[in-house]
Amino acid sequence: MMFNLKTDRSQYPQPGPDGKLEIDLETGKYLKLWQGPNHPGITGNMSVELTVCGDEVVAGKTHVGYLHRGFEKLMERRSFIQVFPIVCRVCVPEPDFNEYCYAAAVEELAGIKVPELANWMRTLILEMGRFNSYMMFLGGISGALGLGVVGQWMTYVRDLMLDRFEELTGARIYHMFILPGGVRGHLPDGFAGRMEEVLRTAEKYLADVEKVMFRNAVYKRRTKGIGVIDPKLFEPYGVTGPNARAGGVAKDLRKDAPYLVYNELDFEVQTGKDSDIHTRVDVRYRDIHQSIALIRQILQKMPKDGPVMAKIPNVLHWQIPRGETYIKGESSRGEYGYYLVTDGSGYPRRINVRGPSYTHAMALLEHLIPGTNISDVAQLMVSLHTYPPEIER
Amino acid sequence: MSLRDVLSPYTAWKHLFEAPVTIKDPIGREAAERYRGFHQNDLSKCIGCGSCEDICQNAAIDMVPVSDPKTGDSGLRPMIDYGRCCWCALCVDVCMTGSLTMSNEYTWVDSDPDAFRFTPGVDLKSWDAEEKGYKRENNERRLTGTHRPEMGMLEPEARIASFGEIVHGYTRAEAVIEADRCVECGLCVATCPAHMDIPDYIRKVREGDYEGGLKLLYETNPFSQTCGRVCTHACETACAAVHEGDAIAIRWLKRDITDNVPRERYFDLISKPDVPETGKKVAIVGAGPGGLTTAFDLARAGNEVVVFEALPKPGGMMRYGIPEYRLPYDVLDHEISVIEKMGVDIRCNQRIGTDITLDQLKKDHDAVVLSLGLNQGRSTRVPGSEEAESAIDLLRRITAGDKVPVPKQVAIIGGGNVAMDIARSMARLQRQKHGEVGVTVTALEDFDHFLADDEEVEEAREEGCVIYDARGPQEIVVKSGKVAGLRTWKCKAIFDAEGRFAPKYDASDEMVHPAQMVVEAIGQSADISLLGAELTEKLEWNRGRIRIDQNGRTSEPWLWAAGDLVSGPDVIHAVADGHRVAKSVSAMLQATRETH
Ligand code: SF4
Ligand code: SF4
Ligand code: SF4
Repeated sequence: MMFNLKTDRSQYPQPGPDGKLEIDLETGKYLKLWQGPNHPGITGNMSVELTVCGDEVVAGKTHVGYLHRGFEKLMERRSFIQVFPIVCRVCVPEPDFNEYCYAAAVEELAGIKVPELANWMRTLILEMGRFNSYMMFLGGISGALGLGVVGQWMTYVRDLMLDRFEELTGARIYHMFILPGGVRGHLPDGFAGRMEEVLRTAEKYLADVEKVMFRNAVYKRRTKGIGVIDPKLFEPYGVTGPNARAGGVAKDLRKDAPYLVYNELDFEVQTGKDSDIHTRVDVRYRDIHQSIALIRQILQKMPKDGPVMAKIPNVLHWQIPRGETYIKGESSRGEYGYYLVTDGSGYPRRINVRGPSYTHAMALLEHLIPGTNISDVAQLMVSLHTYPPEIER
Repeated sequence: MSLRDVLSPYTAWKHLFEAPVTIKDPIGREAAERYRGFHQNDLSKCIGCGSCEDICQNAAIDMVPVSDPKTGDSGLRPMIDYGRCCWCALCVDVCMTGSLTMSNEYTWVDSDPDAFRFTPGVDLKSWDAEEKGYKRENNERRLTGTHRPEMGMLEPEARIASFGEIVHGYTRAEAVIEADRCVECGLCVATCPAHMDIPDYIRKVREGDYEGGLKLLYETNPFSQTCGRVCTHACETACAAVHEGDAIAIRWLKRDITDNVPRERYFDLISKPDVPETGKKVAIVGAGPGGLTTAFDLARAGNEVVVFEALPKPGGMMRYGIPEYRLPYDVLDHEISVIEKMGVDIRCNQRIGTDITLDQLKKDHDAVVLSLGLNQGRSTRVPGSEEAESAIDLLRRITAGDKVPVPKQVAIIGGGNVAMDIARSMARLQRQKHGEVGVTVTALEDFDHFLADDEEVEEAREEGCVIYDARGPQEIVVKSGKVAGLRTWKCKAIFDAEGRFAPKYDASDEMVHPAQMVVEAIGQSADISLLGAELTEKLEWNRGRIRIDQNGRTSEPWLWAAGDLVSGPDVIHAVADGHRVAKSVSAMLQATRETH
């Protein structure tokens, strides 16, 4: 071995008998270090206030709020149709989940049945969104480890998928396509063929990622056994999605509580055992391939024709009877949900967005940080795959 | 750690000499066919309804005046602020005419930040004619309803058997669906002669607040039950919804409100305001919609109002001109009883000029309002026309319960709604007497320019009437002193090059319609003999009509005129007139009180 990676821990503070660390900044032994809110090792705009001793982090506090735009409150002052253009903004890299959850919640409370083809289209869009979200993730995790080229490849592949989004929905980032009642349009002519080209290109670049990242000694050293989440934490910390699946929990809402057309699709829940950064990335990597397969499956199985919009009331004075519902789905980061309360008026009484990042990026991260090396904080955070905008609705 | 794990990353170098994956210069890249880019507005279609402004959650749209609006539109057009717009295209989806679309253009550079606030279609842009860009799929408007529920009606067989009301009125569910379609743009309000508060009363239907709705109706129209059935509904031609699908059934929704408030509740809801008595007296001649609306307003303002009606019952042309199957008499009676509750004294069988003179009225009252209906039929003056019946006279006699002759075959001259009314009334009487219908209608106009409403024509046909278009009457055939038929020629043109009435006929295309009764339904006029020679001389006239100012006042300061006499045959115009005159009379009375 070329490097001595063993650390002399004698100089580091030892926890007291209650397991708690007494940190006295006056002693001069500690340093406060802010990672974020603008930092290449932070996903989105948030920050971690690190207390370090030497190069080891002894405590970390997460700070959010840099992105707060008051969406939930804003939505209470918008009519049901006016909420539609807002929701996608709650999560930039995977906006479609917001569109789906909101639409489904409205449809349930208003008693609207969505045409079958619209459900297929929605599933397609969600898988395209998942794929793109993972592209961002791979770019992020590789970037945190200094593998910049992977980020560029993934950005390219994501861009190709954005082209497909653009031709299908009319926009690249904020698609605003899943409307309460259905979706806004049918597939453009020749869409499946162009999608297939994108998927093939994606597979080609993913094969390169396999070689450059997964078969990379440095990558392995810096991800294996690091940032392990004890599966016992999954329940109390509300850990879902790939973060939990990498710890052996085969939970996936697409299987456990099938929505849209997932029960008509063949796929498996991707899991791992080690619950470390490496496994989490690996689970996602396999999930990408599964999304690719799902997109192909959907395009092949979906009905060729039919309506895509149900009849909805006049949206300019749409009132929805008193009720409440929680609509959830499996986003690329875990359970994503919308809690909608209506009171019979033309406005939502309350909308609450349950984004997986809320627990993953704050409580869980704070718990995982102590004891890590400063240089590992970035990949630890990225490995949780969190998007601050959905923390701050 | 294997050697492979050290070497493998270097495989990335195989891309070294490839072209970069990023696009060097994204400007000029054409966006997708459906891309939601910059807005376009086809001004020849846009009506300025403002639905786009309503839906925009970013308040990016402001309706601004334009210099050359179309008739019937609001004169406003959407100005969009690209500092606020999020390109959601809800404005495109909701647009009531399909005028608003988006191009796939997405780059626009300008050093002036205000340039990005623009009025598409007015401020010309390079993308105005761009075909590509976001359009609604199949140009379907899916965010608001496009079609009205069909109105329930008696089947032809059932309706021809009696004079019972044909139209059932909406069920609650149908009314809600229909009321839901209204986008509350208010374009209709300007077109309604009485400027009824249409969007608000439609909202009351939606909310099920019928009593609130009734109060709203009475703010502008004491004949809402009548209008809810027989209004000419000019509002519906101006309705924003008419451009893509059906206009909102404004008339039926008005009726829905009036039908859903129990009759006795009217008297509680429409109570007389607590105002002091003015001590002024107003006489109104004619108990039609114009006169009674004036009476309603003036009585509510604390004046003593007396209405003089020549016929045995009040209602004017509403009662004696409109057949019962369209407007049941009990509806009219109830409507008038609400007006009487305001303290209006209606004196029937009082013919001015015969039973009491206009001079007397002038002496006994502070103001006099003339509200005469068009109750005299016009004649074709073709040979034999002295043997013809007048439609309006026949209708009156049917209503009054007089015995009218009901021959097996009747020919009608005329193609307007009155012609349809008499045709369908005679058809019912024939059915009762002979068991079958034998009515022939001959209209001067061809079907492309027909005067009667489409549904009137359709229903008349369903009831067994035969309708000929483009036929001009030449002679009423009289044999041994009895009407035997109507001779018509094909009409080639009605007006001459100057637009004057000068029908041209093709004598070779002749028909003789056998009939034992011929009815003329070619227009009506008012009987103004009651004015007397002296007053007729004194008054100013305008092409045969009494000249009035914009408030309905004649050149005689004590005399006002309202109703069909000044605005032509239409209930809602008469109602509007009534309000106008009442306001003017009130102002005059107020002024005299202040100066005395
Ligand atoms: S909705 Fe359409 S028709 Fe109405 S104002 Fe806007 S652009 Fe014009
Ligand atoms: S596209 Fe959306 S945000 Fe822009 S003007 Fe239209 S409704 Fe408003
Ligand atoms: S009835 Fe028609 S014109 Fe009137 S407010 Fe409603 S949509 Fe607009």
